[in-house]
Amino acid sequence: MANRALYKNRMKWVMGIFISISVLYIIKLFSLQILDDTWKDKANINALDTIRTQPPRGVIYDRYGEKLVDNEKSYELYVLPVKVGEFDTAELCKILNIDTADFNRRMEKAMRHGRRCVSVFMSRLSPQMDAYLREKAHKFKGFYLSPPIAIRKYHIQGAAHVLGYVTEVNKEDIAKDAYYIQRDNIGRSGIERSYEKELRGVKGVTIALRDPSGNIQGSYMDGQYDENAIPGQSLWCSIDKELQEYGEKLMEGKRGSIVAIEPSSGEILALVTSPAYDPSLLVGSEKGNNYMALLRDSVNKPLFNRALMAQYPPGSTFKLVNALVFQQAGAVNEHTRFSCSHGFAYGNRKLGCHGHASPLDIAGSVQNSCNAWYCRGLIAMLDDRKHYSSTEEAYAVWRKMVGKLGFGDKFGSDLPYELTGFIPTEAYYNKHYGKGRWKATTIISISIGQGEICATPIQLANLAALIANRGYFYTPHIVKAIGNKDSLNTKYTVKHNVGIERKYFTPVVLGMERAVSAGTARRASVPGVKVCAKTGTAQNPPSQDHSLLVCFAPAEHPQIAISVIVENGGFGATWAAPIASLMIEKYLKRTISRPEYEATIVGKSIHYAK
Amino acid sequence: MKTKPDWLLILIYIILILIGWFSIYATSYQPESFTMKSQYGYQLIWIGISLLLALFSYILTQNVYKNISLILYMLFSLMLVAVIFVGAEHKGAKSWVGIGNIGIQPAEFAKYATCLLVSKYVSDNNCNLTEWKYLWKVGLIIAIPIVIILLQNDTGSALPYVFLIFALFREGMSSWFLIIGSVAIVLFCMLMYMPQWAVLLLVIGIMLFILIRNRKHKRTYKAVILIFLVVISYVLSVDMIYNRVLQPHQKQRIELLFGKIDDPRGIGYNVNQAKIAIGSGGMWGKGFCSGTQTQLKYVPEQTTDFIFCTIGEEKGFVGTTFVILLYMLLIGRIILLAEANQDAFVRIYGYSIACIFFAHFAINIGMTIGLMPVIGIPLPFISFGGSSLLAFTIMLFTFINVESKSHGYEVNPTGWSQWN
Repeated sequence: MANRALYKNRMKWVMGIFISISVLYIIKLFSLQILDDTWKDKANINALDTIRTQPPRGVIYDRYGEKLVDNEKSYELYVLPVKVGEFDTAELCKILNIDTADFNRRMEKAMRHGRRCVSVFMSRLSPQMDAYLREKAHKFKGFYLSPPIAIRKYHIQGAAHVLGYVTEVNKEDIAKDAYYIQRDNIGRSGIERSYEKELRGVKGVTIALRDPSGNIQGSYMDGQYDENAIPGQSLWCSIDKELQEYGEKLMEGKRGSIVAIEPSSGEILALVTSPAYDPSLLVGSEKGNNYMALLRDSVNKPLFNRALMAQYPPGSTFKLVNALVFQQAGAVNEHTRFSCSHGFAYGNRKLGCHGHASPLDIAGSVQNSCNAWYCRGLIAMLDDRKHYSSTEEAYAVWRKMVGKLGFGDKFGSDLPYELTGFIPTEAYYNKHYGKGRWKATTIISISIGQGEICATPIQLANLAALIANRGYFYTPHIVKAIGNKDSLNTKYTVKHNVGIERKYFTPVVLGMERAVSAGTARRASVPGVKVCAKTGTAQNPPSQDHSLLVCFAPAEHPQIAISVIVENGGFGATWAAPIASLMIEKYLKRTISRPEYEATIVGKSIHYAK
Repeated sequence: MKTKPDWLLILIYIILILIGWFSIYATSYQPESFTMKSQYGYQLIWIGISLLLALFSYILTQNVYKNISLILYMLFSLMLVAVIFVGAEHKGAKSWVGIGNIGIQPAEFAKYATCLLVSKYVSDNNCNLTEWKYLWKVGLIIAIPIVIILLQNDTGSALPYVFLIFALFREGMSSWFLIIGSVAIVLFCMLMYMPQWAVLLLVIGIMLFILIRNRKHKRTYKAVILIFLVVISYVLSVDMIYNRVLQPHQKQRIELLFGKIDDPRGIGYNVNQAKIAIGSGGMWGKGFCSGTQTQLKYVPEQTTDFIFCTIGEEKGFVGTTFVILLYMLLIGRIILLAEANQDAFVRIYGYSIACIFFAHFAINIGMTIGLMPVIGIPLPFISFGGSSLLAFTIMLFTFINVESKSHGYEVNPTGWSQWN
């Protein structure tokens, strides 16, 4: 008999169990929905696809607004050998503009990579090729086209070291800067590296909705959180495209560099390194192989940026430095004359000199590049016990003044990978000869820019520029304006005073002027332009000497200061002077009036021992 | 004699059905246009039919139900058997029969018939559930559909029948059944987390503790030891039962529940996605038709077994809690009305359907929030599907009907005094 009242209290148990379970569920939901935020992240990871849109990289112009580098769309053609069926090889070759042999070579390479692997068949396809191929895609089974890839397009043959190149980021780049994600591009050298932040722009963000199969199903919240990409800023570099290209033409077949600077601003007009390479080689999917080939070329070292990184003994060009320093230090004055008897004898040794009038004053010493004058000058300064208690103290003063002229340290220019050159410290000599056991004659070679002293081409060009300015310089730099043509690069507008009084420049400039008109640098002359120059012949035993020249022009209102170094080029006058002459003419007059003179340089090679 | 139906139950029913329809709409709509050839369209038709059936079931008298219960029971049992032979296979389980191009699941209706028959039998004046001779017959009534459904390979649909144990408990069945059941479940859970020897040690420890405490009543020793021998043999044989009886996918689901396997991309995909959808809803939800997981169809079966995810994602904690409270109100109201009714049939029937509703509610929602293994049974009144909606509607409205027309209703609108 089922009595209603009999088990009435059992209702509480049943209700109790049901309610407990419901409360348990509500607690669980509270923790799931309110306390635990990870589910929201997981939902976003599920459904939201954050697509970064790449901004176009900034365009690089030359100082006159000529385009040097911009971007172009390119495509890659992939092949999956197992899927390749019968097709008209000739037709594909025609579209791709390759011959059958090339086709077979590429196909074999892909087969070697793996019959079941997708390999790059050809890269850097033009948009036209891409469009044509897409239309005929059904004919070429097993071939696939990539989405468009933005690559750098070069409108200049040379200037590879100035412009630098772009590669995909590596792990370190990503670790260093959170901006980068895999497959992003980054500037690796030159301007592309120094101005990476300006050139890269800001990536855009598009948040898309993605279904479980990975298909995009529209934008999240109607694009409310999307951001447009901000294109990279354009750069106007100080390079004169025509001058740069001309310099590279002149340097063809020779090793060395030309650095040309506008003295009044420190802007680099040309930065030629030879041998160089075509910057287009480092674009597209072949860039890896090309890069390795360039890297392996240990004879020519095309990746070596000589203009900034080669350190040569400056030779006689360094006499300009000493002429200024000795005057400022009071060791010599405009009336000082030192005699020369075909050289300078000290102890039982002799530093030779060529035949010239004697004795000479400062201007004459520059004009004739007299070795003895500088030896005596150095002795006059370092052995001056009236002013300095020791050689070491005098040398420290000398070194400090040389340092202010830009030697022995980097400029901190906007081109990466600058080297310092070398001006020995007192400690260096103390270690070498023992403290107090060296004097002027011990280190006499530094007077003529030999011995331990090393300088880079850009330091020498800056020397020419500071003499042209009679006492100051602006840090040599390569980028004139950022963002728009008139917004000047403000990083390099600080005038650096070199600590040498203006009057001391007069005899030096005079000497340089005479060196061109009637001295060692006659071959640097340019018709109708007053050029000031100083040759240098840097001993480089056991090989042939390096040929050096520093110069500026015109003498009164200098517009260009140049250093030229031709490795193993012999006397400074032999190769460096005519090259400088032609560069000056090109820059100032825009045309070359002396084709026969040009012909002695262009296309002429120096034979280098391997 | 009272004749008014319980409007609160009808109101809850309508709210649940609306929540269900809007959830199905949010889960299955296409932005282009409204079309009847869609899940929400079909559900609208099912809702219409349900309302008609609700009206129809209200017209009949209590005696009719009592009289047809056996016939209905036999009819649906036969249909269940028929499904084994002619049924359409769906995800490894044969539980559908096609009538024209509409598939129906007899298992949903069999629950209704079973509830009716159990109520009729137990409300019989002679029946006394404390006695085995009555109890085993009731057990048989419940066991037959369970066995047939198990033969259909549809373990999930059999589980709600087990919950009828609460209704029998209320009618006097020994509480030992509940205790034994609870102990079995607790031991099973313990075995999932602890090594067998640890569980055995614990069981023996408890036994010794009881023996020592009862040392003055040495007569009980025999019984206690006997009980514990049964428990120990259960512990020893769980592994065997678990491995032999359960099918691989069922074992995986249980292991998944206990965190023994972590495979959010494979077998754990559904539950993981369900939790992501619900968990990402936050307090207020992402808004109607604005849940990314729902709209992009990350959760499989989301209109049917996983419909609760739509509510969780788009309506948040507020929505889920509201739905749970609605179910508690529905079930609680049924139980209170059943308790208050003089008629044993009404009371037992009320308890029975309350148990069935609760089973579906607890298993379905428990599954979506990771508190129950994956068992594919619908959420009453909310999940998409004609069979379940019709069956649940008939179950509820039969109760509303017989409850309102029975004798001796004690006027007590809240029913809460019954607690004391």
